[in-house]
Amino acid sequence: MREVNVSVLTDTVEKLCIEANYHLPEDVKCAIKNCRACEDGEIAKGVLDNIIENFDIADAENVPICQDTGMACVFLEIGQDVHLVGGDLTDAINEGVRRGYTNGYLRKSVVKDPVRRGNTGDNTPAMIYTEIVPGEQIKVTVGPKGFGSENMSQIRMFKPSHGIEGIKNFILEAVETAGPNPCPPMVVGVGIGGTFDKAALLAKKALMRPLDSQNPDPYYADLEKEMLEKINKLGIGPQGFGGKTTAIGLNIETLPTHIAGMPCAININCHVTRHKSEVI
Amino acid sequence: MAARKITLPLTEELAKTLHAGDEVLVSGTIYTSRDAGHKRMCESLAKGEPIPFDPKDATIYYVGPTPAMPGKVIGSAGPTTSGRMDAYAPTMMSVGARGMIGKGARLPEVIDAMKKYSGVYFGAIGGAGALLAKCIKSAELIAFEDLGAEALRKLYVEDMPLVVIIDSEGNNLYEIGRQNYLDSVNK
Repeated sequence: MREVNVSVLTDTVEKLCIEANYHLPEDVKCAIKNCRACEDGEIAKGVLDNIIENFDIADAENVPICQDTGMACVFLEIGQDVHLVGGDLTDAINEGVRRGYTNGYLRKSVVKDPVRRGNTGDNTPAMIYTEIVPGEQIKVTVGPKGFGSENMSQIRMFKPSHGIEGIKNFILEAVETAGPNPCPPMVVGVGIGGTFDKAALLAKKALMRPLDSQNPDPYYADLEKEMLEKINKLGIGPQGFGGKTTAIGLNIETLPTHIAGMPCAININCHVTRHKSEVI
Repeated sequence: MAARKITLPLTEELAKTLHAGDEVLVSGTIYTSRDAGHKRMCESLAKGEPIPFDPKDATIYYVGPTPAMPGKVIGSAGPTTSGRMDAYAPTMMSVGARGMIGKGARLPEVIDAMKKYSGVYFGAIGGAGALLAKCIKSAELIAFEDLGAEALRKLYVEDMPLVVIIDSEGNNLYEIGRQNYLDSVNK
């Protein structure tokens, strides 16, 4: 049994909130640069050049890549041999978000009630996802999620008879409906299986996976490749102004599901797909 | 194609020279507002009360910036999704606020109002907040301070890189640009 004080989590979350918002992951930068090299259209090339210049400025000057510094999605993989001491875990995470968003000059974008609104003023509460795993370490991932793209996400409960074609059509339909709104080029996270809620969680987790990785199952790895190609034939292009680059990546995560169902969730992200992890 | 430099205010005369797909570098005064600010302004207008700035030939930037770091004019400041302002945009144009800067699709009723009032919808690059902040030379909070990032600010911008998405005749780059690309592929 290893004891970890929750204050360590506060410090880690604070740091990750700031770093994730200032520095785009290398795999995302690389995907954008590769797409820029393939574009022909003047406007499309210009948009991608500006996007590259933007993340370079954020890196060099330590400023937020995008003004929507998101809701703080915090993923915790807690080793089952860890004993957390020193206070409430949720409070410790929220304190990390509070400090990160204040000290990092990040935008406070959270309202305290979905209908009656009212900004909480410190970007709390975080959206916390905990998982108990073997071992005595804690992996913390912070993925700030902007809502221009979150608002374009969809979920559907398919009948098994809809099969893979139903899912393929749904992915294209979701991207088509999103159009220019989620700041394309976008990243598409797809969750298939589980239950209604688990499918959505899988889709969000798919967005945290590096864009240069593949689903370990060759069937889904092929589907990732096929759907990315199909999305990039839609012609929406960077910012929706037309072009080859509508998406820079598509990741699929799956779970077993019920004999009667085939849930599918699609979580859309923008080209500022941010996430940063640390192991404690 | 080299970007054309234009200077605000956005008069009717200037608006009519702008066409969907034009790349422009905009200089002049603009005002920031998002959902909550638009709601308040439209409520004021409905009661016959004035809004915090003179809307005649004005341009509104749909943005909620990050807080300014010490020594900086403003934080990162890219556009937010314009569609959320669709409910308010025709009212704002009816009192003269002709220019809109944002990103994403607009409803047909907004485009109809643009044709009626010679409105122009400019696109700033969504997600390029660090780059766009460099064009903002001054920022002054003028109303709705309680709304935080959504407060109403008066900005002075220089050579802000924008693209005309929808012009005063209703031509739409989202349709034209995509069709041009698909035509070029299917040739």
